[in-house]
Amino acid sequence: MDEYNEKVMALFKNPHNMGEIKDADGIGKVGNPVCGDLMYAYIKVKNNIIEDIKMKTFGCVAAIVTSSKMADLVKGKTLEESLKITKQDIADELGGLPREKMHCSNLANDALRKAIEDYNEKKNTK
Amino acid sequence: MRVYLDHGATTPTDEKVVEAMLPYFTEIFGNPSSIHEFGREANKAIQKARETIAAKLNANPSEILFTSGGTESDNLAIKGTATAAKDAGRGNHIITSKIEHPAVLRSFEALEKEGFKATYLNVDREGFVDLEQLKESITNETILVSVMHANNEVGTIQDIDEIAKICKENNVIFHTDAVQSFTKVPLDVQKIPVDLVSMSSHKIHGPKGVGALYVRKGTPLKKLNDGGGHEFGMRAGTENVTGFIGFAKAVELTTENEITDIARMRDKFVNTVLEKIPDVKLNGPGISEGKRLCNNANLSFKRVEGESILMRLDALGIAVSTGSACSSKSLKASHVLTSMNIDPLLLHSSLRITLGRENTDEEIDYTIESLEKVISDLRSISPL
Ligand SMILES: Cc1ncc(COP(=O)(O)O)c(C=O)c1O
Ligand code: FES
Repeated sequence: MDEYNEKVMALFKNPHNMGEIKDADGIGKVGNPVCGDLMYAYIKVKNNIIEDIKMKTFGCVAAIVTSSKMADLVKGKTLEESLKITKQDIADELGGLPREKMHCSNLANDALRKAIEDYNEKKNTK
Repeated sequence: MRVYLDHGATTPTDEKVVEAMLPYFTEIFGNPSSIHEFGREANKAIQKARETIAAKLNANPSEILFTSGGTESDNLAIKGTATAAKDAGRGNHIITSKIEHPAVLRSFEALEKEGFKATYLNVDREGFVDLEQLKESITNETILVSVMHANNEVGTIQDIDEIAKICKENNVIFHTDAVQSFTKVPLDVQKIPVDLVSMSSHKIHGPKGVGALYVRKGTPLKKLNDGGGHEFGMRAGTENVTGFIGFAKAVELTTENEITDIARMRDKFVNTVLEKIPDVKLNGPGISEGKRLCNNANLSFKRVEGESILMRLDALGIAVSTGSACSSKSLKASHVLTSMNIDPLLLHSSLRITLGRENTDEEIDYTIESLEKVISDLRSISPL
């Protein structure tokens, strides 16, 4: 396996944006623990902007750091902007990921997309 | 602190082993096949090394072939037996278990491609081979059974005494991969009718790239490489004299006491972890039943993934390994744990800790403390 770089390892030892938002406006759940990964994204939205985001992740080093980094990248962005962030953007921010780990960074985007969908649904039913 | 707890992968070469090897690089460097004095003294040394390995198994020195390690020993034993049987027009059915090392499994698969029929025996939840299935699987066509002595991931010690008897009754050759158990679990070839035994030096504080294969006198075996008549004509190539000397020295250095001490530290580790950390499960046989390798612990930590535990411990200077899919190149979970039918949720949460003689109680305490912290940290960010 390719190695994780120092940037990745530093973030892995101290990931930020981890935890839960109790009164979240949207929650996205993706993955399957039987396959070794599960990720929840919690978002607070105000005026179409992601005010706060927190992540809970069961998975490998790559899954944990991409969830943390994705949250960094979308915080303060509009919903539309945040959806434009790709897994490659996240990997680039991290200085690259081992090739066989690229699939893990899909999860973070998927979790965010689901959280935004959840937010939109809740808003429409209000 | 730097703590090495991955002795199932490899061990540090003992300094006494290095010391024993050194003269054979520079002073006693002759080719053992040469008939002059330089050659004769090298030859004498490797014959003495052969005697040391043989004595450990209660075998005759002429039944010990030196090889380049466990992998080559497994390949030679399995392919050598199968090819010899084919040449003699005997049967074409071979049997092994689902939890063997890749050196055995891939050898079986290679033979299947050549037309051999293979049976892969099931194991129970603790990793013990189904002996009833073994008995039922043997037919007139069966020529070889290969079942490992102790498993490298979960430490299960198979009842090779019984397996050997079943094979003998049915006139089938029995090979055991004893790479993990050699010098840790006694194996007396006068008492157990096993025909072939694989061993490796680097798992017992010897140098890497050396091993041996015990071949019971009269066992039909076809050599894999052609060349000079080295190793009783079975393994051509100028001998790895320094390696053989180092391997033998490593065998000499093993003691009963260290086995007791390693087991004591392992038991303390497992018991303390189970007591201090909630939701942990021991994979494989219990530690007090005498059917588990003395240095092996394999634990699943619910709600956290193995690779992330491994890398957090690594950051604290502690080296272990995991059966989690995420840490393997193929992203497939351990075939051993999968075959044992362990809860799929625990499959990705397993950690293998394998101790060695140089570990100390302080190191074990530090590891337990670090593990408590790492598991609680990772659980705090887990959605499970
Ligand atoms: C059970 C078993 N068989 C075979 C091998 C291969 O031995 P070697 O590394 O000497 O080729 C190993 C070591 O990884 C092992 O654990
Ligand atoms: S979560 Fe399994 S490889 Fe990343």
